[in-house]
Formats: sequence, structure tokens, C-alpha cells
Amino acid sequence: MSLLEIDDLTVTYRTAGGPVPAVRGLSLDLPAGQKLGVAGESGCGKSTVALALLRLLPTTATVSGRILFEGEDVLSMTWGRLRAVRWAGASIIFQGAMHSLNAVHRIGAQIAEPILLHESVTQAEADLRVTELLTQVGLPPDRARAYPHELSGGQRQRVMIAMALACNPRLIVADEPTTALDVMVQAQILRLIEELVRDHDISLMIISHDLAVLADTCDRLAVMYAGRVVEQGPARQVFEAASHPYSAALSGAFPRIGDPASRLQPRGLAGDPPDPAELPTGCSFHPRCPSALDICSHVDPELWPAGESEAACVLVLPDQGASLAEEAIR
Amino acid sequence: MCAGAARPGRFPGGGGYPVTDEGLRAEGVRVEFAARGRGEPARAVDGVDLHVRPGEIVALVGESGCGKTTLARTLLGLERPTEGTVTYDGSPLVYSSRALSAYRRKVQLVLQDPSGSLNPRHTVYDAVAEGLRIHGGVADERAAVADALSRAGLRPPERFFLRYPHELSGGQRQRVVIAGALVLHPSTLIADEPVASLDASVRGEILALLLRLRQDLGLSCLVVTHDLGLAWNIADRVAVMYLGRIVETGPVEKILSAPEHPYTQALLSVVPDVTGGATDPTVLGGEPPDPSRIPGGCRFHARCPVLASGAAEAAGVADRCRTVDLPILGAEDESQVACHYAERLAAEPRSQ
Repeated sequence: MSLLEIDDLTVTYRTAGGPVPAVRGLSLDLPAGQKLGVAGESGCGKSTVALALLRLLPTTATVSGRILFEGEDVLSMTWGRLRAVRWAGASIIFQGAMHSLNAVHRIGAQIAEPILLHESVTQAEADLRVTELLTQVGLPPDRARAYPHELSGGQRQRVMIAMALACNPRLIVADEPTTALDVMVQAQILRLIEELVRDHDISLMIISHDLAVLADTCDRLAVMYAGRVVEQGPARQVFEAASHPYSAALSGAFPRIGDPASRLQPRGLAGDPPDPAELPTGCSFHPRCPSALDICSHVDPELWPAGESEAACVLVLPDQGASLAEEAIR
Repeated sequence: MCAGAARPGRFPGGGGYPVTDEGLRAEGVRVEFAARGRGEPARAVDGVDLHVRPGEIVALVGESGCGKTTLARTLLGLERPTEGTVTYDGSPLVYSSRALSAYRRKVQLVLQDPSGSLNPRHTVYDAVAEGLRIHGGVADERAAVADALSRAGLRPPERFFLRYPHELSGGQRQRVVIAGALVLHPSTLIADEPVASLDASVRGEILALLLRLRQDLGLSCLVVTHDLGLAWNIADRVAVMYLGRIVETGPVEKILSAPEHPYTQALLSVVPDVTGGATDPTVLGGEPPDPSRIPGGCRFHARCPVLASGAAEAAGVADRCRTVDLPILGAEDESQVACHYAERLAAEPRSQ
């Protein structure tokens, strides 16, 4: 059984300007012990997915579909059950550790808080656990008495990781865990996360716009565009031999140092991500797509097998599929 | 001249844009910040020679806190060096507000976060025209703004005149910031992490714009970044900075394919690489030490993997690493490294 199974998830925000579909029928599967990377640009809905997993979305969001965590639907759980699943079942490392920590509490107290709430332990036992957690994330235990502003960006991110580990979850969701960190600190944090999930047998879902970081860390990748998964498959295949033109562009945006093909030739993608309130017709990527065909403005393809991956692009449909699609337009 | 000779389309004509002979140069620049109380001053920039020639793109690479932003600010005249000089076209900067104002027409800053550097209540037109108004107007402001916007890739420019920053995407905002710099026809841009806050697909577009500006206008550029991939993408030369000094510099092809300094090697090894690469990543522990307590000897020795592994000991330089400071690297083109171990290897190539 999968640890996490997202089935046809739809999230729509009600705004003054009308409904904005942020996630449009997304299905993902995370088997226990695996590391899944979710890639995409700002506005593609990837952070909305993270929030939806633990029902943390604002009340302006309408959610449908199913999110099965260990076989139980998070969306229909009772509040009591949900409280138990948060932290102890699955925990989230949010982006921007600076803003996610409370500036006026010592970090030790902040790490101890979920432990005291979720487990029947004494303050002394919780303090002991905090010491243990700080050591695990590579911080000296006496930093428990520090305030967030006394720590560097990398150290704050380590505190966030210690908090996520506090109640021994089976799943950690990390939303842009290394954005805004330096290369060396990013490498330290990624290595730490990798070691911890391996040693504690935790499953991991990392969300980032940096396909290179994801491909380096994860087993499988899912690439999101305009609220949908447009390609998913083994990390290496998606990064090195993408089937969807969007994944190919994302992967090409990070140069391989030493590769003459990218020397003095930065590659990007013209245009901007679409406004979720005004999605293009057909495939939502077609206005920016370097290999768009005429039918792409009419047909919105589903995920289709492409080698070991699946991609939602007419280019990977077999010939019959393409002609069927064309018939459908007429 | 290795990097320069191969460069295509080096300032063809100039198109009315100034062509400089000398470019921007830092000579023995040191910048110290006094500590609060009685502490040691922080030596943010601790002796740097750097030269950005006309039409050249130089990447200044290092971790946060290494002094790269302070050096960039010093080159712009925003910080006054405690020692050493900044020269532009051969003449030293004069730190009067009038002289600096004239200087900043020629050397413009592009900041990293376009959302933070644009006034949310100014239209695109006003944001771009602001520089012109500060520096004394031109005959046709509208034409100058339109020209700058279209050079920055916002076409047709008239469509953007009355837009506000919140109506634009991140990439478009960064283009507006660049247009604001271009409108004064500078010869040099100093860009501090120009793509760090942008999405992956937009990143390449902005870098391509910087390359095109160099080709069309002969603009030179100093890009301050922690991203070695960016250097590979657009720079001719790279200077790697650690704790206030440049520790390795040279043509990008050489430095990024065969780095000699253990710090450059470590930085390069942690660039995400799905193929696994031939080498294991060398993740340095800790964070860069405090610039108010720069260690004696080689400033990198406390974190140096070569010293820690005993390789420096075997090569007989470990004592020098711990006690002898390295000379300041010159601003010449060829590759140079400030490392006792690398020097020893170069002197006796077969000793290892």
C-alpha cells in the first residue's frame, strides 16, 4: 500500500475576481520509503498541494478528490484524527525558515511544543528529546536556548528539520527547503535531509522549482504546470531525457557545468507561466511550447506512458492517439 | 587574452554607447567595518585586485558573507575603501556626490529582487525614466524610455508604460529593473544575483538578455552570484572569493573544468548533478568564519579538505597552510590560485 495516494485532487480558490483553479485534477503516488520530487514554477500549484495534504488551506479554498494517507482520507478525517496525523503522521518543512519560526520564543521551546502536545511526556523528557533532535540535525544542544535571530539561515533551516522530526513522522513534506540558501549550505541541508529520511525510514516529498536539486535527491519526479502533473517518472529519466517539452525546458535551464552546449548559451523558456484564472485553451502549455502543433490549442492530453515515465503531451501519444485527438476536434 | 579572443561580436560599433579603454578596476581594495564596542573591525574585503574590461562579463562567486556584495558596492562608489583604489577608465573614483553621480551614469547597479527594488506605486514608465530625471533629462524622454524597454526585451514598449509592478511577472519586473539601468547608456552593469529570485524557466531568458546586451552594446558586466552554473552560462572570467579575498581567478573554462583551489573544487562538487559525477560532493562543514576573526595562515585552512585529509601534510605544505598568508592575486587574465598546496603541485607535478 502506498503511504500517500493523491487521487484527482482539485483545489479552487474563491477570489473577488472569480474562482481560481490552483490544482486541477492531480494524482500522485508515494510508496513508503520513497523520495518524490514535485517540480514547477511559482503559481503552478505545488505549494497548494503541500498545504492540502494536511488540510492547511485557507477557508477560501474548495477542495475535492481524495488524499489517502496510510489508506485514510485526510479530507474527510475528523478533527481529532487530523490532529494526530499532523506532526506525528506527516510533517511539513515550510519555505522561509525565518518566517516560520516564532521570533520571541527560544528554539528549544518551539521544538518541544509538538512533542508536549502529541505525546504524554514530561517537560524534562521533552527537553531530552530536543537535545537529541538538535544533535541529529547537527546543532550543538546548547543552541536550544537561542532565539531564531541568533541563528544563520542554514541553522534556522536545521531547526525546522528538527521540528519536523519531533514526533517521528512517517512522511516529511519539504516545501522549497533550500531556496535562498547558499550552495554550500544547500548541500549541507540536502545531505542532512537525505541521511535522516534514510536512517529513520521516512518517506519524503520535496517541492522545488529547481529540477536539478530534485533530480539529485529524489527517486521519482513529478513536474507540475498550471495545476496539473505534466510528466512523472524516474528522476534521472525526467531530468535527462524529458518527454514533455516543459520538463525539457526546466531541465535545460540548469546548465551542466563543463558541457560545451550550455557554455555562453543560457536556455530559458519564453513567456510567463499562465494566470490560473485565465488558462489557455487546449494544452495549457501550448502558448510557450517550442514544439507546439496546431492541435495543441484544442486538445488537453492526459498522462500517457512514455518510456518509463508518463507525459501529458500529444507528442508522446501513439499515432492513433494523435489522429483520434484530431477527430475529436472535428 | 585567451577569453577575449574567442568572444563573438565584441562591441560592434557601439551605437552611440560609450566605449571605454580601461574599464573598471579595483586595486588592493580593503573595506573594514568598525565593530560595535571594542571588537576587532570586520575585514569584509581584505585586499582585492579585480578588473572588468570593456565588453567583458566577469562572475564574482562566493558564499554569503564572503564580501562579494561589499566589493560590488565599493566598485559602485557606495562604500569607500579603507585602503586601495577603484579606478574607472584609468582615473580613480572621486567621492564627491557630484562626481559619484556622474560615475553612476556609466556604472549601473542591477539588484537581485525586482519586487523589492521597484516602487509599487510607480508605473513602468516612471521607474525607467527616474534615472533620466535624476541625471538631467534628455530631449526625448519618451523615446529614451521606449528604447530602454525594448532593449530589455519588453516589446512593444508602449504597452508597458502604464503598467504597475504588481501587474508584471517576476521576469518582466527584472527586465524593467534592467531597462532602468540601460536608459542612462551605461558602459558597465554590476548585477547582484540577477536571477536568484526568478523561476527556472525565466532565469535563462534574463541571462540571455545580459549576453545580448554585451553583444549589441558592448556592455561589460560584473555578476555577483553564488551560482557557478550562471558563471558557466554567461561569464568570460570568474573570480572566486572567500572571506574577503579572491582565492582563484581565471577564464571560466579553465576554472570550472579544472579548479585548483580546494574551495573552488568543493563549491563545484556540490552543484547538483544527477549523473552522480565522477567525484563525491565535498560538503564543507560549518559556515564561512567571521570576517572580524580571519584566521592566520591561509584563510581557508580551518575548513580545507586537503589539509584535513593529510594531503597537504604529505606534500610538506601543512605548516605553511597554517602559518603563511598567501599573496593577493593580480587582476591579470590568466588563471591564478592562492593555495600553498596547488603551488606545490604545480612546482612538482609528479610528486603526488
